[in-house]
Amino acid sequence: MKPVNQRAWLLILPVLVCVAFSAIIPLMTVVNYSVQDIISPERRIFVGTEWFIAVMRDPDLHEALWRQIVFSTAVLACEIPLGILLALSMPTHGWRASITLVIVALSLLIPWNVVGTIWQIFGRADIGLMGAVLKFVHIEYNYTGNASHAWLTVLLMDVWHWTPLVALLCYAGLRSIPDAYYQAARIDGASKLDVFRFIQLPKMRGVLIIAVLLRFMDSFMIYTEPFVLTGGGPGNATTFLSQYLTQKAVGQFDLGPAAAFSLIYFLIILLLCFILYNWMLRVGTQTGK
Amino acid sequence: MSRLQLCEVAKSEGAEVHLHPINLSPQANAITVLLGATLAGKTSLMRLMAGLDVPTSGRVLVDDVDVTGIPVRKRNVAMVYQQFINYPSLTVYDNIASPLKLRRASDIDAVVRRLAKRLHIDAFLQRFPAELSGGQQQRVALARALAKHASLILLDEPLVNLDFKLREELRDELAQLFSAGQSTVIYATTDPGEALLLGGYTAVLKEGRLLQYGPTVDVFRRPASLDVALAFSDPPLNVVSAQALGDGWKLDQGPVVNLPGLRTMHSQVTLGLRAASLRVEKQQGDVTISGQVQLAEISGADSFVHFQCALGEWVMQKPGVHTFALGESLMFCFDPSDAFVFDSEGGLLSAPLLLHERSAFLGIKN
Amino acid sequence: MASRIDLDLAHAYQANPQKDSDYALLPLQISFLAGGAYALLGPSGCGKTTMLNLMSGLIRPSQGSVLFDGVDVTDKSPQERNIAQVFQFPVIYDTMTVAENLAFPLRNRRMKEAEIRKRVEHVAEMLELSAQLKQRASGLTADAKQKISLGRGLVRSDVSAILFDEPLTVIDPHLKWQLRRKLKEVHQELKLTLVYVTHDQVEALTFAQEVVVMARGKALQTGTAEALFEKPAHSFVGHFIGSPGMNFLTGEIADQALIYGDRRLRLSNAQAHSLKGLKHIKLGIRPEYVSVQPEASEDSLPAQVEKVQDLGTSMLLTINCAGQSLRARLPLTQLRIDVGTTVHINILGNRTCFYHNEELVL
Repeated sequence: MKPVNQRAWLLILPVLVCVAFSAIIPLMTVVNYSVQDIISPERRIFVGTEWFIAVMRDPDLHEALWRQIVFSTAVLACEIPLGILLALSMPTHGWRASITLVIVALSLLIPWNVVGTIWQIFGRADIGLMGAVLKFVHIEYNYTGNASHAWLTVLLMDVWHWTPLVALLCYAGLRSIPDAYYQAARIDGASKLDVFRFIQLPKMRGVLIIAVLLRFMDSFMIYTEPFVLTGGGPGNATTFLSQYLTQKAVGQFDLGPAAAFSLIYFLIILLLCFILYNWMLRVGTQTGK
Repeated sequence: MSRLQLCEVAKSEGAEVHLHPINLSPQANAITVLLGATLAGKTSLMRLMAGLDVPTSGRVLVDDVDVTGIPVRKRNVAMVYQQFINYPSLTVYDNIASPLKLRRASDIDAVVRRLAKRLHIDAFLQRFPAELSGGQQQRVALARALAKHASLILLDEPLVNLDFKLREELRDELAQLFSAGQSTVIYATTDPGEALLLGGYTAVLKEGRLLQYGPTVDVFRRPASLDVALAFSDPPLNVVSAQALGDGWKLDQGPVVNLPGLRTMHSQVTLGLRAASLRVEKQQGDVTISGQVQLAEISGADSFVHFQCALGEWVMQKPGVHTFALGESLMFCFDPSDAFVFDSEGGLLSAPLLLHERSAFLGIKN
Repeated sequence: MASRIDLDLAHAYQANPQKDSDYALLPLQISFLAGGAYALLGPSGCGKTTMLNLMSGLIRPSQGSVLFDGVDVTDKSPQERNIAQVFQFPVIYDTMTVAENLAFPLRNRRMKEAEIRKRVEHVAEMLELSAQLKQRASGLTADAKQKISLGRGLVRSDVSAILFDEPLTVIDPHLKWQLRRKLKEVHQELKLTLVYVTHDQVEALTFAQEVVVMARGKALQTGTAEALFEKPAHSFVGHFIGSPGMNFLTGEIADQALIYGDRRLRLSNAQAHSLKGLKHIKLGIRPEYVSVQPEASEDSLPAQVEKVQDLGTSMLLTINCAGQSLRARLPLTQLRIDVGTTVHINILGNRTCFYHNEELVL
């Protein structure tokens, strides 16, 4: 009947091949490993769901998961409000806006292990600025020995590194609000807080969803920065989920449980993102019809 | 040059029907106006004509060749949109030259300058579209469409985003540009006044159906149905139903009128009166109704008086500037032979004759 | 209380304006009487929105003053001036219901809840929004949202003036006339000072008691619809008002007569007296007032019919008289006229206006 051009499929064949090679096949490999006990490359035994059950019963894993959840919540709680505040205070036009945008975005450009190294040095009492200042004002600070200090430092590092992303997203959202809304609010006699609550925040809903989801997913998978900064220590105070997973898979070569856990990890993130997304779509839309 | 024919084309998206099967053969090398309200199917139909969409059923023929599946790139079509679409990173000169370059035409410079002069944008050839006003941007889009030398030019409400006065000027220019008769022009609009000003032929669309197609003046004077008359009236058509009563017709909530020219078996009809048929000065044979003024819209040359009467909310068109107080009571008069009469299904039974037609009819020489 | 607004100002883009094009608004003096309905009419870029924003206080004039009831408010904010403004697209608070939207300005003034509710209900009834008071404002149609924007202005009983910036732009055409009617009813009931900016002459002429026609930063004429139509003070006004606008023909004055093309048309004594001393003159005749006759008469000029357009309720002729083109609008009851026929027109009727340097002289 109507000639449909099938040649378009040929154009995306290279992409399909790449994605298959780099994502789908490795994922299937992980699934494969997760249901086998690999004693040696020659001896593999199918064990079904044994690894999944073992993983879910592992107390170390539960601790790492708990640490991770607390961390991600803290990250969101700090970065989202800070990002919004930063976006609100950035200039809106002219050369000032361009310079501010560049300065704000600088921390996003730094390779992640370099970020870890920067903070590692920053926190040292002998050669680091922060460490030296804190020593000067006689505040006790030791991120390698004290667990809560280590936590705080990792949190601070993450906030320093990623708040600009939230700020940039919110800035874009704010720029899209037409001037007439602000003018109408002035005429209505609204206070600055009212303007934020009733105009800016609702209109930023779209970008905030993106910001929250991105930051949540990234912080839940965080590996490089805490690894470089604290190595997971002191003890396992800052060993988050991905580091725990790597220790298991690479360190101990327990591929089976590691693979099983990878899949569970993937599903946890998916579930939490789904919940967050639906909640954010609905929040503030309940009153009335 | 090229004749476009649409045979039973229909378009649905899932359960939603955008267009019911339509048969339309726009007059070649003339301007056809697609008239209808928003969402009547004008844009869907234009996209099918251009080849941007494939119809769910039916065929599109150009010069008797079936082009139904052929994508728009291969067809000889130019399109102008509502939103002043130009290439933002090219200057005006490059914008107009782009179809010529694609065609590898010779003499690009001369053609571009000629078109720019014709559309009064020759002073802006080195500027970018973003630096121009809305009207100028639309002229650039038009010049680009004309440069393509397409046999089919589609314009989708191109003037709707422009100022009132600018719209008038561009409309005149468009009518002149396309009167040369080198391409088939399809122009979509929601404004009946625009259809009348452009002339040519008109296709009236409503809710995805083609109601009538013919020379514009014919469609205006003899609408095939009540729907066509309603779509092709601005201000809105005044409508009232009537029941046969003896020799005359009793208007719903109104007096009895005589419709001498009407011969029909139906006992229930609908009368439609254009706003211009109403007046305040009573003439012989007029029917009068009292009403209360709701609003007088002044357009400079005419005043449109919206009033509430027993027959409903009606509008009267009165030449000149007239202000009425809100709520003022007036007597409105009309000659029943000025009414369009439709049967109960909406089909046309009789349409009023113009004065000179009437005189000719009665055998009186003017 | 509806206020009288007096403007005696100019507004320039930069500090030291040297020439006319540096000004967004050339120096002007205009008064808007209390309780009157006014329209600012003009093409895009003529300065009408600038004038509106100067009145509302969103912009401060670079020179001059704004007076409300004789009090200088040039430095006061929109809140302090107590005005309300309705914008091109509906500006509503998405997260609130209709009732909360309407109550917002009153809540900011710390009015008592019971009074707020009464006021909101009264305004909602006037605007026919009573049925939707509990609905979320973001789910409504564009014209309902514009009514809410308007309602937020009306809800303050002491609002000094309501300013409209092309408010019907996003409204469906068939709903526009309903909103226009609503605006006129509101004006009649509340007797507020209303200033309406538009480029659509139908809206301006319908809504306003007096219309200010503007172009390129200059206020050209202020008058009623009739005055603007019959006696435009500037040729631009003649061109802008009316669809199609006024026809303009050029001619010369010599010895008590008008030289047009190769014809000499006699002027009356009064006309000759007013036009004394002027050489080049422009005649303005509205298409509705061009008298077209099939036969020649005294003082008539022959012309060729170039185009005939049937407008449904009237006929529009484009005719060429001695090389100059003009249009005539004739009722359909006249005889059919075909392209190419010669007709006879009279250009010196009593509705003809004379312009010198674009300004009306007679």
